[in-house]
Order: sequence, then structure tokens, then C-alpha cells
Amino acid sequence: MSADTRPRIAMLHSRVRVEEKLLLGAFEARGVPVEPVDVRQAVFDPQRLDSWRGYDLVLDRCISQSQSLAALHLLNDAGIRTVNAASVVELCGDKLRTTSALIQAGVPVPRTRIAFTPEAALEAVEELGYPAILKPATGSWGRLLSKVNDREAAEAVLEHKQVLGGYQHHVYYVQEHVEKPGRDIRSFVVGGETIAAIYRYAGHWITNTAQGGRAENCPLTPEIVALSNQAAAAVGGGALAVDLLEAPDGRLLVNEVNHTMEFRNSIDTTGVDIPARVAEYALCAAGEPGRSPCQEAAPV
Amino acid sequence: MTEQTTCPQCAAPIELAADTIQGEILQCPECGVELEVMSLDPLSLDLAPEVEEDWGE
Repeated sequence: MSADTRPRIAMLHSRVRVEEKLLLGAFEARGVPVEPVDVRQAVFDPQRLDSWRGYDLVLDRCISQSQSLAALHLLNDAGIRTVNAASVVELCGDKLRTTSALIQAGVPVPRTRIAFTPEAALEAVEELGYPAILKPATGSWGRLLSKVNDREAAEAVLEHKQVLGGYQHHVYYVQEHVEKPGRDIRSFVVGGETIAAIYRYAGHWITNTAQGGRAENCPLTPEIVALSNQAAAAVGGGALAVDLLEAPDGRLLVNEVNHTMEFRNSIDTTGVDIPARVAEYALCAAGEPGRSPCQEAAPV
Repeated sequence: MTEQTTCPQCAAPIELAADTIQGEILQCPECGVELEVMSLDPLSLDLAPEVEEDWGE
């Protein structure tokens, strides 16, 4: 009887959402069993990660960014390959660091300012002009975003952040408001390849589907593909979702890169089997025998 | 084959699909609360944790 040469893969998770079930199904369809590991029940001994070394790859699907990051750092430090890598999650989970990485890579982004006091932040808002956007440097799903339309609103939000917010809210991330056409674009980049994109429509200025936005297929243009690939590479690559804004002058700007992407509304919409593509990429990154090398290897 | 249990919040009957797995999130069809499958054997549901500040994509 020949030895089992299938890659050994674990999926780190907390909640098992539709996405996680679809991913488990995608691996199963490829004959690769995946061991789900609930991060909430796991205890890591940094000196003895031997049990984790049995996996060729750990796919991170934790809903909590701090839990993801801590676990991935431990695993990567011990040389265990993960998708995505801790360094990628660290960049994507911090808007300030994402913006900085995108700018260094020459990716166009909305005009952004960082300040450390309410007074300096107000100066930055006034310089960018109204309306302006105030965002927490960490956070997702469109939470705690503020669109300030005038000086009085800016002063109020900044005072609330300073007085009521924790120290993380005292790093003021200020961005120009891009007047988008009632939608933004989310593209999916897996292993260095942009595989699909959706338009996210909403009556609200926040177009995040977690905030109730509606998804439609967005045909891939050379510009969307190039910019998405560039943005994903700027944060270190892997399986990522890139948020793009269409500026009134026709330019595309990269707003964010997401490291544990949600895609349940994007499979039927785009006709692309996103979980299958992620599974294929993970198998490739895990070094499945007989599989051709990945276009972009997962970083460790 | 489906399994039956009740919502821990409103006691409405809930049917679990055969492919249900531990950790999965369900919604009670009557009260709408989010539920987490704590274990499959014995079958146990609990209220799903509230969204925390660092949750997201």
C-alpha cells in the first residue's frame, strides 16, 4: 500500500460561516481532507509546536484579527506555512500600514493624512477639505467610519474619539472623501492572479456588503486586473480581496486590502468558483506532489 | 438525515441539515437569533458570540 502523499492541511477558524463550509467542501472535492481547528479552543506552546509541524499548510479563516495574527506569527516563526502569512495579515489589518505599503509600491490611493492629536487631525481634515473621512486604523466591515461634512462635525467626532476611544483611536487616520458613483469595486486576487470582481452598490456612502450593499458582477478590465495584482503584491500576496474606488476623474484608487475575505455573495454573481480557486492555491502553496509550482508562492 | 433540536433562546424547533458541522452558525427561523453549533454528539446549540471590535475581513 503506497503512503498517503496528499498534503496535510488545517483550517484555523472560530465561527464556521458559509465561506468556511464552502472552503471545506472545495478541499473535499479535491480529495484532500482538512482538519478544522477552532482557535478558541487551541493552546499554543511556542516551544513545542510539533503537532503543527505535521501540517503542510494552515489556512487561516479566523474572524478575529487579533487571534489570527497571534496564531499566524507563532506558526510562521516556527516555519509553518500559512495562507495568508502573518506579515500579510499584519499589513492588511492596519489601514495606516496598508496605505503606506500601497504608496511605497506606487499604487494610487485616496489622499490620506495621519495625525496624533485632535488639533493636528482637524488641521488635516481642513487641508483635505469637506467632506472628509475619519477611520479607525484597525477595524472592518465599515464599522466606526465617519464622514464629516463640516468643521463642527469634525470637531465633535475628534473630541469623541479622544475622550471615549481607547488609545488605538488616538491615531487619527483622515482620508479625502472620494465621490464614487454609488458603488465601489471589490476584486479577488488569489496567488497573484485577479480572478473576479464585483460592484458593491449601496444608497449609503459606505458600500460594504456587510453594511447591506448589493453585489453585481464587475467585468475584469486590464486596469482592474493590473491594479488589483499590484495592490495584492504590495501587501505580500496570498488570497486577498482588494477594494477599489472609482474617482470622478476616472482614476481607480485602492482603498483597502482584506486578508480573510468573504465571498459568499460573489460566487453566483461572478460565475467564478472562488473557494475552489483558494483551495487550488492552498494546495499549490502546500506543495502537493504533481502540482505545478504556484504562480506566486505563499510567503512565510 | 436531519436532526432536531430547539432554540436556546425561544425554544422554537430547529432542524439541522445532515452536513452541519461543529462551530457552524445558524439562524433561528422564529426569533432570528444567531446560534452556534457547540457540539454534534450530543447535539448542542448556544447563542453565537456577539460581534467584537476586531472581527472582520
